[in-house]
Amino acid sequence: MSAGTDGLTGRTAAELAALVAGGEVSAVEVTDAHLARIEALDGQVRSFLCVRPEVARSAAAAVDAARAAGEVLGPLAGVPVAVKDMFCTTDLPTTAGSRILEGWQPPYDSTAVSRLRAAGAVVIGKTNLDEFAMGSSTENSGFFPTANPWDLTRVPGGSSGGSAAAVAAGFAPLALGTDTGGSIRQPAALCGVVGLRPTYGRVSRYGIVAYASSLDQAGPFATTVADTARLLEAMWGHDRLDSTSIPSAPEAVLAGLDAGVAGLRVGVVEELAGVEGIQPEVRSAVDAAGTLFEKAGAVVDTVSVPSVEYGLSAYYIIAPAEASSNLARYDGVRYGLRAPAGEVAQMNALTREAGFGTEVKRRIMLGTYALSAGYYDAYYGQAQRVRTLIIRDFSRAYERFDVLLAPTSPTTAFELGAKTADPLAMYLSDVCTIPTNLTGACAISVPAGLDGAGLPVGVQVLAPALGEAVLFRAARALEAGFAFTARPALAGVSG
Amino acid sequence: MIHVAKLARLALSDAEIDQFTTQLGAILEHAARVAALDTGDVPPTAHPIPLANVLRPDEPGPSLPRDVVLGMAPAAEDGRFRVPRILADDE
Amino acid sequence: MTEVRTGWETVIGLEVHCELATETKMFCSCPNDFGAEPNTHVCPTCLGLPGSLPVLNERAVEFALRVGEALHCAVPTESIFHRKNYFYPDMPKNYQVSQYDEPVCGNGWLMIGDKRIGIERAHLEEDAGKTSHMGGGGGGRVHGAEHSLVDYNRAGVPLLEIVSKPDLRSPDEARAYVAELRSVLEAIGVSDVKMEEGSLRVDANISLRPAGSETLGTRAEIKNMNSLRSLARALEYEAERQAEVLESGGTVVQETRHWDEEAGRTHSLRSKEESHDYRYFPEPDLVPLQPSDEWRERVRAAMPELPSARKARLMEAWGISDVDASVLVATAGLADYAEAAVAAGGGASGRDVTNWVTGDLLAHLKESGRTPSALALPAAGLAELVKLVADGTLSRPLAKEVLSAALAGENGGSPAAIVAARGLAQVSDEGALAAAVQAVLDAHPAEVERYRAGDDKARKKLRGFFMGTVMAAMKGKGNPGVLNRLLDEALPG
Repeated sequence: MSAGTDGLTGRTAAELAALVAGGEVSAVEVTDAHLARIEALDGQVRSFLCVRPEVARSAAAAVDAARAAGEVLGPLAGVPVAVKDMFCTTDLPTTAGSRILEGWQPPYDSTAVSRLRAAGAVVIGKTNLDEFAMGSSTENSGFFPTANPWDLTRVPGGSSGGSAAAVAAGFAPLALGTDTGGSIRQPAALCGVVGLRPTYGRVSRYGIVAYASSLDQAGPFATTVADTARLLEAMWGHDRLDSTSIPSAPEAVLAGLDAGVAGLRVGVVEELAGVEGIQPEVRSAVDAAGTLFEKAGAVVDTVSVPSVEYGLSAYYIIAPAEASSNLARYDGVRYGLRAPAGEVAQMNALTREAGFGTEVKRRIMLGTYALSAGYYDAYYGQAQRVRTLIIRDFSRAYERFDVLLAPTSPTTAFELGAKTADPLAMYLSDVCTIPTNLTGACAISVPAGLDGAGLPVGVQVLAPALGEAVLFRAARALEAGFAFTARPALAGVSG
Repeated sequence: MIHVAKLARLALSDAEIDQFTTQLGAILEHAARVAALDTGDVPPTAHPIPLANVLRPDEPGPSLPRDVVLGMAPAAEDGRFRVPRILADDE
Repeated sequence: MTEVRTGWETVIGLEVHCELATETKMFCSCPNDFGAEPNTHVCPTCLGLPGSLPVLNERAVEFALRVGEALHCAVPTESIFHRKNYFYPDMPKNYQVSQYDEPVCGNGWLMIGDKRIGIERAHLEEDAGKTSHMGGGGGGRVHGAEHSLVDYNRAGVPLLEIVSKPDLRSPDEARAYVAELRSVLEAIGVSDVKMEEGSLRVDANISLRPAGSETLGTRAEIKNMNSLRSLARALEYEAERQAEVLESGGTVVQETRHWDEEAGRTHSLRSKEESHDYRYFPEPDLVPLQPSDEWRERVRAAMPELPSARKARLMEAWGISDVDASVLVATAGLADYAEAAVAAGGGASGRDVTNWVTGDLLAHLKESGRTPSALALPAAGLAELVKLVADGTLSRPLAKEVLSAALAGENGGSPAAIVAARGLAQVSDEGALAAAVQAVLDAHPAEVERYRAGDDKARKKLRGFFMGTVMAAMKGKGNPGVLNRLLDEALPG
């Protein structure tokens, strides 16, 4: 990992935390270096929706003051973190990428962000996303699209495209995203960084703008597997403010990272490895991952999980249904945008029409329809039953295997505007990631290499619910094997 | 579609209604494959991770200061949120 | 009660919403308080801010289990919450977290007198905020208002909705059901059940069918009945209205109707069709409720005596009538007061105590608006009064005077002190009384002569005159029983 010319950007979170803790560099210096890089280069990438330098500096200064006072520093003290604009922050607006919440200042912090702050991390800014996390390219942002740092004519993926791009571009070593249908893993693959979707309930959803409640989960982005684990450990664990939060304390994952994969049973998911439209380089990356695992002592075989075929359809009923209800609160009454009207129902409708983008409206319509009288059982009810089938299928697979292997995204980054005309085509990008959201389990995307066009290729490792420890071990082994250290060369600045 | 838009309080334009009708039709057709599956006695999964009885003790906690609450409001009056007239059910 | 035109049977089912008297709201820790300044008891959760999540109040569940126990409801092993989706400005999330087909309490029943009324279910849900309609001369009603103001203090307050089976057959029965239910809910301490404050709300479903028919007719839902009297009046009106419709060959429209107390009629709220599609689905932000057997057993063990049981016990123990026993249990704290008086010692009988409590004391309570526990005359004091009458120290008429004085707080509310201070002790000394009798007779020889010569009717009248005069001379303190006997002895024939 080469550091930027300033010596600080491009470093891992582990390195920066050590430098700050050791007093070799101040937190303010670290923050300033990253702010400068953002200033210089984010005009091209547009990964951030909001950066307030004075706010970030003041947080960094607090870390320095704590250090000077001899206080014990948190494990991420002084490390900049980019936060997807789905997370409520009291010192920065939270828009969910939507005009309907433009400029909204939450009166409370999300638990995930609170915990990061308690660990000493510095929130460097709020990153761009597909509006209300609905999308796979960040083109649905209500404000502007984000570009892929590897090729500015292409998408960074979505919905957490801003966070993935920010880490890939060296604007922050760590970022937060949310993954409802693959929105951390897919952009991680397209941007050549590590992205984890934790088990449902591991990270508190309190203070994260809800998209699809039974599928949403917050997770980390980083350039290394170890950093990803670090960020996860700083924020996961039970939260009494989230009823769906897992009560038991999570086990340490960072410590056992390098335990190796000897004897690990790895199953390559046939239906996903051979999915329709898969790019050849993506397919070979999965094969290469299998070979790496074998070399490291794992046992690799193929496995069939037939019901993943139905995952996409089930997801595109369940997620919009829940979303249509979660987004009903945006009505111009209590906060956010209000369109003028003489009568309240009309005010609601005009506000929502003006504030929501096309994809959001489309999903609200779809979800409302799926839940409406006469259709509930055929659509939502059926989708929830299919969900059970998928869970059972995976359980059967996990009887024979410890982790599963699959592509993250069938293709590398596509061009901006390439899929916006056909929503169905866009939805197909999520086919490999969606099953994990439906089962509530965990999965991670690890960069494997670059394709012929110099675009990152990611591979996905899946583990059963609560299986983060084995997941991280497997991911670490792949990372070591792939030895991917390339970084995008953003014009104008070297490194 | 118009009925659904009303349920969802979306003031869609005619063009949007047409476009959505087509697109939703295609998506639902795709979803029909799901509908076709035989899931006879399979129970639905509402929660991926089985938890039960998550309860909170009945102890008061802090509320938000009113100026913060109303500070977010597009319109406020007399300590309350102000909205345009609400049509009565029979209007 | 207005009789419905013959040939028709009235079928009524009631939905009662009861605000639970918890310290905090259903899903957040905001205080559950009536009358606070608007929007001072709100937080991200009850305001439905982006990112907020609900966490269920344990005490609300405890209260639901108590109600289930009191109404003999089946409690399923698992119940879940559902979202009921609809838009309205008083709904912060534009969905209400409620329960749909898996409620916390299932089938049960409640006795009103000898009749068993089936309970369909009882479920938990959160309340909405309060809208005030302003301007336009609408008088606070939504019709014709110019704008509305919303207060979310009440949003998220825990409610228990209790749905009866359509077993009620008249407006009076409906009224009795609500009265009994209210009394039970109050006795088990889950709510302060004040219809006038909205902590108890009733909606009714009413239909008619030909007498003897088994099938249900088309029903109308009636809302906005804010007292027991309103409930009965509204149902009487509606039954009449439906009878007229049916008898003129029409059909009753299934709709919601609003009771107008002033006009004394219901009118239709022809709700737009789509408002009925609530698109229920299981609430993904909450997990299932599985009340353990231990918990249910604890609730059962801690159940206080229910009004019907208490009534039966007091009737048995004190030999009082059903009517009197009903009065005792119907007013909060009254039975407690009466039992305390009896228990105070001094031998006050349940019967005597009941007479005083259901008579003069109750009148005072109604007039003063006080509760029994807040009376200036404590239960032990009433016991003292009863004893003073029983042992002849105080005549009944004077006892009433003493009671009033005690209730007003005179002499610290102590009857004995009042009697002493006012010198009201009844005179029972035979010698003194005999002298007084003789003095009166001596002073009225003409009347004595008329008594001797008179018939029964005349004698009765004169007797009254003599008694009255002696009493007046004794300043009301003469023991009537003794005086009567002495008069008998002193008068001729």
